[in-house]
Amino acid sequence: MIKIVRRPHANRFVEWAKERPEVLVLSADLTSSCEVNDFRDAYPDRFISMGMAEQNMMGVAAGLAREGFSPWVHTFAVFVTRRPFDQVAMSIAYPNLPVRLVGFLPGLTTPGGVTHQAIDDVGLMRLLPNMTILECGDATDVESVLDVADSVPGPVYIRMLRGEVPRLFPASEPMRLGQARRLSEGTDLCILSAGICTEAALNVVRALGSQLSVEHLHVSTLKPFDDPQLLGSLKRGKMGVITMENHSVIGGLGSATAELMAEAGVAGPLVRVGLRDVYAHGASREYLMREYGLDEAGLIAAIERLSGLDLGALSVDIRDWVAASDLAKPEAL
Amino acid sequence: MGSFVEWLPNVKRIARGIRLRVLRHTLQHGGGYLSQGCSSAELLALLYGDLLNLGPSCGPLVPPKFSAVPGASTAATHGWVYNGPRDPELARFFFSPVHYSLALYAALIEVRRLGEDALDGFDEDGSTVEMIGAEHSPGIEVTAGSLGQCLSQALGVAMARRRRGESGTNWVFMSDGEFQEGQTWEAFAAAHYHGVDNLRVIVDVNGQQCDGDMASVMSIEPLAARLEAFGSSVREVDGHDLVALRRAAMSGVAGRVRVILARTDACRGVELLRSRAPNLHYLRFKSDDEKAAYAALLRQMEAES
Repeated sequence: MIKIVRRPHANRFVEWAKERPEVLVLSADLTSSCEVNDFRDAYPDRFISMGMAEQNMMGVAAGLAREGFSPWVHTFAVFVTRRPFDQVAMSIAYPNLPVRLVGFLPGLTTPGGVTHQAIDDVGLMRLLPNMTILECGDATDVESVLDVADSVPGPVYIRMLRGEVPRLFPASEPMRLGQARRLSEGTDLCILSAGICTEAALNVVRALGSQLSVEHLHVSTLKPFDDPQLLGSLKRGKMGVITMENHSVIGGLGSATAELMAEAGVAGPLVRVGLRDVYAHGASREYLMREYGLDEAGLIAAIERLSGLDLGALSVDIRDWVAASDLAKPEAL
Repeated sequence: MGSFVEWLPNVKRIARGIRLRVLRHTLQHGGGYLSQGCSSAELLALLYGDLLNLGPSCGPLVPPKFSAVPGASTAATHGWVYNGPRDPELARFFFSPVHYSLALYAALIEVRRLGEDALDGFDEDGSTVEMIGAEHSPGIEVTAGSLGQCLSQALGVAMARRRRGESGTNWVFMSDGEFQEGQTWEAFAAAHYHGVDNLRVIVDVNGQQCDGDMASVMSIEPLAARLEAFGSSVREVDGHDLVALRRAAMSGVAGRVRVILARTDACRGVELLRSRAPNLHYLRFKSDDEKAAYAALLRQMEAES
């Protein structure tokens, strides 16, 4: 049974910021929803309410960063990447300013429907020179992404998780910049998973047992995509590569992998599990993951396609995060 | 800031020099953003000649070549060095409508922050003296484009300086077209809500935009009333009347963002331009005769100065 951690960001961020007086939080009316209400209450002088005005918020963050402060912008991923894209590009990314953009509700983790579902955020941020992109997949990632982001001298976009978050990786093994977590070694198939998809991928790999030898990596640095161990793993899977992401198959992990394979001349098929160039709609996470093929069944279908095996009898345990998503706070959209 | 007797002739001279240089360069270049120089000459002259409490320029008289865009492994050049050193008590200047860059460079030459030949690199490949400047261009602190992004960044700097208890003011030069952008109003709302009182905005209200008269594209009026409703302290004056401009700059309500709306004429000083109204955004000569008429005007203006 995987342990569920309640509000890991809320707790960690307050503690982490305690001895860092330069750290400021900018919020656009989603303070509790982005788990910075405890920060606001602990350090009211360092909390700046910007109202529902994301374009201005990005410019103000840029100005504060130019003056040596460390602004941590907290809002939903869609409101970081879509609405103020030009401001992020021109006011923050172009001058290479150390602004930390913390985007919540990645992909289909919200029942809030198309307006709240960030299915293109990684793609949009990948387009920007100077931008570093980090994605959290569990509570350990959430707790350790702060140090990773803080070590980057330029802008960082973080795909953050909130609420009830599973702990997949030991708390003593923090996220590292540009370094994927190698979760299993194998030679038949290479699976690269990111974000919440890693838990489903772990379940499938475990259920496969000895049927297939799987090289499985959890990727948390989506840009730059230059982890040297990636190429080795991509070459290792004889049958090919599968990417799995809570995002459109265009622009995110799948695209980055395709580019890396093509440029390095890694032969073999690539199957990208993700949203297949479609928008989603408002429904529960479990329902949406199933409907759009982002769950265990979606990955199993991809493995069948690559391996030619019939895995119909494969039984996969019910995921903990399904239960966890029911405990999340749909009221706080 | 000296007495009336000291500042006025000097600022008048700077304004005259800006117009001359912009017109001369437009002729040499075969076109240019001339109307912006006509409307803003007094504003930039007053800022650099009197209002801005800046230290001496830290930039070379001959602008550096373009080195690199900002990035982790590159050393970019900074246009702000032409506005002097950073000091808690000194002013900071943010130049927002970067289509006005030619007028800004001309102003920098007039106040000896740039050398006499600094416009030689204007719009040349590999130069920082870009037609539409960015933060590596002389006098420009932030990459203000696309339109309307400068004020928010200046607000962030102003808030940071206030947190540190710095007494220096933060001046932003804007154009009226930027008030069609929603971000501008977001910034004024936020500045007022947070009680920012170290931000000064001077707006060239010349009523012109790319498509022509602003009134025919998207009116922003009543601009003063709108800004006051957003909590700013507004002074509205003739943007070519230096005494009125300076008086407006010295007044304003404490504790508020202070805005000077400078009502200007986009053809001021170059009457020939008026025949082109309302298409004044960029001057491209239609014929040799037209160009010759502007050249004759330039000779006349040079003789008068």
